[in-house]
Amino acid sequence: MSIKELLINGHEGGLDHTGLSPLQKITLRFVVVGLIFYGVAAVEGMIMRAHEVKPIPLLSDEHFFAIMTAHPIVGIFGSTYLLVFGAFTFLVPYLMKKPLFSIKLANFTWIIMSVGTVLVWLSGFIFHYAPLYTIYWPLPVDFEQFSIAGAVMFVLGVAFIMIGTLGFIFNTYATVFYTPKGQKKQPIKPLLMSAFGIDGFLNLINKIRGKEPYVKEPPLSLPLVAIFRGTVDTFLDALVILTAGLLILFFIFNEVFQLGLHYHSVDALLYKNIFWWGLDLIADGLVLIYVAGTWYLLAMLITGRNLFMQNIARAALLLELIVSWAVWSHHLLSDQPQPEIMKLASGEMITAFELITQGLAFFITLTTLWLARPLKMTNELKFLLGGLLGFALAVPAGIIQADLGMNRLLHNTQWVAGAHFHVAILVGLTMTLYSAIYILFPILTNKSVKLYSQRLANWHFWLHLIGGIGMGAFMGMAGIDGMLRRHIYTEGEYMLYMIPAGIFGAMLLLAWVIFMFNIIATIGLKGLIGIFKPSEIEKEVIVPETATAVQKG
Amino acid sequence: MTTTTEVLWTLKVVYTIYAFSIISLIAWFAYRVTKQPNSYKTWLTPKVFYTYLAILVMVGVGIHILTYNKIPWVAWELKKHKIQPDRVIEVQIKDHQFILPEETPIKINCGEVVMFNVKSADLTYGFGLFRQDNTMVFQMQVVPGYDNELLWQFFEEGTFYVLSTEYSGPKGARMKVPDAFQVVNCEEKVSKGREK
Repeated sequence: MSIKELLINGHEGGLDHTGLSPLQKITLRFVVVGLIFYGVAAVEGMIMRAHEVKPIPLLSDEHFFAIMTAHPIVGIFGSTYLLVFGAFTFLVPYLMKKPLFSIKLANFTWIIMSVGTVLVWLSGFIFHYAPLYTIYWPLPVDFEQFSIAGAVMFVLGVAFIMIGTLGFIFNTYATVFYTPKGQKKQPIKPLLMSAFGIDGFLNLINKIRGKEPYVKEPPLSLPLVAIFRGTVDTFLDALVILTAGLLILFFIFNEVFQLGLHYHSVDALLYKNIFWWGLDLIADGLVLIYVAGTWYLLAMLITGRNLFMQNIARAALLLELIVSWAVWSHHLLSDQPQPEIMKLASGEMITAFELITQGLAFFITLTTLWLARPLKMTNELKFLLGGLLGFALAVPAGIIQADLGMNRLLHNTQWVAGAHFHVAILVGLTMTLYSAIYILFPILTNKSVKLYSQRLANWHFWLHLIGGIGMGAFMGMAGIDGMLRRHIYTEGEYMLYMIPAGIFGAMLLLAWVIFMFNIIATIGLKGLIGIFKPSEIEKEVIVPETATAVQKG
Repeated sequence: MTTTTEVLWTLKVVYTIYAFSIISLIAWFAYRVTKQPNSYKTWLTPKVFYTYLAILVMVGVGIHILTYNKIPWVAWELKKHKIQPDRVIEVQIKDHQFILPEETPIKINCGEVVMFNVKSADLTYGFGLFRQDNTMVFQMQVVPGYDNELLWQFFEEGTFYVLSTEYSGPKGARMKVPDAFQVVNCEEKVSKGREK
């Protein structure tokens, strides 16, 4: 079979999309679009890496920073959000064994989020609108540097993404709480207690007091608790970002209609506090909690056993609820007007709890795997271990920079971008998501396809792992030597670090190309297009009969 | 007196050791998890779990106690309202330009307690001091509408340049004041960094 035929028809006939339920198709749509946006973000990253090695002649400063603005939005909202939302849109009904509340809403979610991401990208590409994802006041309304059209397009794009996010949240909560026709109505209180991890916490207290457990079989499984908990932060984050968008929109009107309001009427420090409170919920609430939940799910699916120290894990998710709402000040450790007590309490001490909550998830997952030895080194297991390693490297790097003394030297350097969040997202989060993709792949495709090449899957794994850690390491070392993350260097100041960082970055991009080739060769372009065609199966069906066996197993 | 170069060098060494250790641990785990155990009796008991938890708490809190005691500028920061500076240097930033109070390089005596007060008339900027080898001495954010005060004591001789360490739009991409400050009368020159 030629490469062309392979890519069109897929390996051994490719994906039979006609047998997929609406939920399976929608989940795969989220995943496919999320993976495409990942590729876009990777290309953008490589352009910036190349520019830091040697400035690209055709790339102006305006365009460079427009790429820097679009890059995290495409990467986080376009790729990660879609991948995570897709997985959870499937997992909530799948684990609860009841249909998704609304298929139409799920469809609307991925479409509006994709349109929003494209709009943000276009605001940079066409208008060079570049206030970065941090949009520190009053930069987003500095119309001496940016055009109004660019600002409108950017705000609209972000608003679309957030509306899609709210759609996902509504669908998730509605699915947890609604009672489908023919099923027995579940009382709300135990569901809520379980969703917040309170039952696990009460179980612990009862154990210490020598009493019977508060509840022997919590109504929600642990991954669902993590999804529910993470979604609380996603909701609050969406509200804050939407409010910031409204503020920018108001100042756009102010500019257009010459209302005469000066941007200094908004307190830049207060704005920064509120904005970081919301934005940090993505990193410290959403990512860490969703990731912990996904690790728990993967560990249970891989081993087929219950989680080690399950009640602690539930209670830790409750603790993370409080922690994630009170850590934003670590982003303001270098802001001198910020009160010292907030720097010490929120910025340092409460932030340190993230080492504890994430460390617990790390230990619980590894121990669960260890107790189930011997395990086969499957794709899902190796990517899960890669994900665990990513966070084991990135979280301590974050704790180091969340220290008054260290932050004076590391804030806004490449250390933050490299050693901390690129390793966290690319190695920790993305490898965890790849693990989830590999484990859900047979369930989502009704076991109708066989992976085209295990050798390519191995190449993908090693290139991604080494590329991600290597790039983060060299960016981190450049940061230690003073290289800033939002600056253009033209005299080869950090060439020693930027060349290897670029090479490792290229490995990441190559890993994605190999993965996409392997997946397309597996399902075929016909199968891929079929995912976007309407399903002929009843919308109440979660997985058709063939996959139900996998679910029961 | 501990310099920023020494702190960053220590960070590089400690974090590299940690990174290789954790990579080795996961590699060992990946190898062993596929093997049949000799016995199903495990040392992974709740006691081990709670000990690990206690270690995490100690590390999380301990790092801040350690830096407070070992890094001098943490105490300068926390006690800045009680310390009388020898000198105040007022810096203005407007339209992506640093406006320094006197001709550069501004001379600072070794050991002098200097209060930098940087004010922005428009956007959020950064104010960072760098050595000639591009390593950082310190930085802070400059929030518009506020006094952004930072207390510093220099113990290394040399000439330092200023860079905006916060993005303020494409116009601010190259905000730099070469040879902005010169520290004199120290016994040692800048010694740990690379000479340009």
